[in-house]
Formats: sequence, C-alpha cells, structure tokens
Amino acid sequence: MDIVSRGFSGRRSAESAKLPPGQYLTTDFPVLSAGPTPHVPLDRWEFTINDGNQLLRKWDWKSFRELPSETTTVDLHCVTRWSKLGTVWEGVSLDTLLAGIHTDASYAMAHSYGDYTTNLPLDDLKDKKAWIAFRFDGKDLEPEHGGPARLLVPHLYLWKSAKWARGITLMRQDKPGFWEGLGYHIYGDPWREQRYSGDQ
Amino acid sequence: MWRVATVVALRDETPTARTLTLDVPDWPGHFAGQHVDVRVTASDGYSAVRSYSIASAPDSQAQIELTIEQLPNGEVSPYLTQVVAPGDRLEVRGPIGGWFVWRTEQTEPVQLIAGGSGIVPLMAMIRSRASAGNKSQFRLLYSVREPGAIFYRDELQTLSHDKYSVGVTYAYTRKSPKDSPRPPGRIDAALIANATWPSALTPTCYVCGPTSFVESATDLVSASGIERDKIRTERFGSTGERK
Repeated sequence: MDIVSRGFSGRRSAESAKLPPGQYLTTDFPVLSAGPTPHVPLDRWEFTINDGNQLLRKWDWKSFRELPSETTTVDLHCVTRWSKLGTVWEGVSLDTLLAGIHTDASYAMAHSYGDYTTNLPLDDLKDKKAWIAFRFDGKDLEPEHGGPARLLVPHLYLWKSAKWARGITLMRQDKPGFWEGLGYHIYGDPWREQRYSGDQ
Repeated sequence: MWRVATVVALRDETPTARTLTLDVPDWPGHFAGQHVDVRVTASDGYSAVRSYSIASAPDSQAQIELTIEQLPNGEVSPYLTQVVAPGDRLEVRGPIGGWFVWRTEQTEPVQLIAGGSGIVPLMAMIRSRASAGNKSQFRLLYSVREPGAIFYRDELQTLSHDKYSVGVTYAYTRKSPKDSPRPPGRIDAALIANATWPSALTPTCYVCGPTSFVESATDLVSASGIERDKIRTERFGSTGERK
C-alpha cells in the first residue's frame, strides 16, 4: 500500500482484531433493503421447500412454530462494512427443515416475500450453519429486520440471510440471486472478503 | 480493483457537508445512483473504507463528485469533510450497485424522495437527465431539517426553472421558512398526495435517506397506490457512516 491519505489517522480498537478484513464494528443494527418492507400477516405466512418441479415441504406459521427451535449467538457481517458481534437469535435450524429430503441438488435459492432472492450452496445451509429465525434479542423479529422470519446464515455476508423468508428452491446448478446478479459476489465469504463479483 | 483518486476541488454544500471532486484517470464510467467505496490510509498502513454515493452525472469520464455529510462520531467522514485538501490522494473502488440506478434510456415518470443527505444519488439522477437531454417527467420531494440544510440549492432552483423542469418540493422537519405553505413536520399522506406523481402515471420511485425516513416514505408511497415493485430504496443506518 503506497497511497497514503495525508492527515488521516483513523481509529483502531481491540475489537477490530475479531473482525473480517475491511469491516468496522457497530453496536446498533442498520437496515439495508432494495425496496419497501413487506408486512406479512402470520395467518397468510407460509414457508415451502421445492426442487423447482415439486413441492417437498410446506409449513404455515403454526406448524412452523411447532418445530423444535434453537437459540444461537452469532456475529453478523454486512457487505456495506459494518459488523455486529454476539447477536442472539431464535429460529428453526435448516437441518430440521431439510430433514428427510433426498435430493441430488447442490445449490439453493432462498425466496422472500417482496420477491428478493439469494443463492447459496446447499451445504452452507446444513450442519448447524443456518436457521429460519423468528426472534432477535429475545423479541419477535421486526418487519424491517426481516420478520416474521428470515434466513440466518451468519458465516456469509448478511445479504445471504434473506429477510421475509418464504421458501427455498433446491437447484442442481448454481444461479445468481438478486444482488448476485447486480455485481455482488456469488458466494460472499466475509473472511475472504468476497464482496463484489470480481473478488477471488 | 482500487483506483487512485486525487482531490481536485472542494465545495461546501452546508456547514456540515462538502462535495469532493475527484480526478480518477481510468474511471470506467457509472450510472446515476451508484456508489463507490473510498479507502483512506494512514501513514502506518492502517486503512478504513466507507461507501459514498456519487453525486455527479455519468458524463464526465475522468472525474466524479461525492458529497459527504460529516457525522459526529464518524471515523472517515470528519476527515473527508474537514481535513482533505486539493492534491490529496485517496483510493476508490467502483462503481458499485446495479439496482438503485436511473439510466438515460428510461422514459417513464420518475418520483425522487430524499431525506437529508439521501439527496446525493438522486441529484446524480437529476444531473444525468439534464445532461442527456432526457425529457421524462421528474419530481423531487426533499425532506430536510431546515432551509440551511439543503444541498445543491442554487442548482435545484435553476433546474426547476429549466425547459424540462424538475418539480421540487421541500418538506421541512424542524424549521420552515416564513413563506412555506406547511408547518414543519415529517412527510405525511397529504404531502405525498400533493407533491408526488399520482399512481395512475405509474412512476418509478427512488427513495433514499436514513432507515426510518425510507421506511415511512415507502409505506406512504405504497399506500398511495404505487406498486411495490416500482419503488426502489437506498437506506443508510444509524451507525453514522453513509450507506
């Protein structure tokens, strides 16, 4: 790095050491979305899993909430460079939702109310790495943060954690979702700083 | 890919906001509404990156303008608004973002709604339309704290009297000028009805500002009958830094 910005000193903190490259710490919870916040009534909410042809699983709010849930404490990393550490969520593990589904798909497309989509490898939804979360910090998830329920995949940049989750389509071939088709990275690992499509 | 940018001019928009003109020799061009990542690096190698919307129209190939609001506890914005001088070098990456964008090929009516410094990417759209000679109908509803907080005031004044004018309505939240038809306050359904395109014109809406502003503005616009898929938003959080 040889371009020095004269007169810039910056702030360094001990917390920065725990962050992925290029991130800074925040204690509040900024909101980023591409459009209006959908307000989804619980009596019309449903969550489905399909393989592009066939409906494989379907829950309404009641049957979804009867599934065993977990509380998990995770760090969040947004591609717009803020990170928030130690956030507490309650949700249903994707392991629970995907249980018993036999598929040769290697990828998944998450769909939202409001028509947002994001793609990720199916393996990234398995093995205690992903949840459909409905409570944040002990309270029901606010619509602006993705309520009634959002995908939570904290090991990837937060745009992968689709708000207002409505379903998952299993895919044999990878396909870009909303931001992935608009210049953002196809995978989005914060520790490898995979922000934009040109990043390794 | 990071590009070296040299600061060539500074212009104060308000007591707390400054426009930086950056010379970026190999700038690839951009669309109105896109942003850049700006990297500033200290002499010991420590660096910080923030995203800022581009304020300038896409036509000036080797220069871009950023308007930056100084945030009280910001790490980068106080440096960019107070310390930086012409000749200083930064790095930029971009342009970034393909969604909150207006292209000169668009012909449908456009409704712009800005809260505070959320005007910046919308100004790029207004400038882009003017420089391209695009005749689509533009309206701007611009919510500001007080008259002194308006960015680009003279230019907006000129553009609103232009042949293909942009209709500009200011909404003051704290202090309004004496001749203002409306007491200070947040935007509401009556203002949306009076100062924005009716839904029958099926405008594309671009809403930019702080999260709480964007949430309430999009709810009002949506309630006025505009389809949700015609409303594009760009929010910045309360963390202090842009975007």
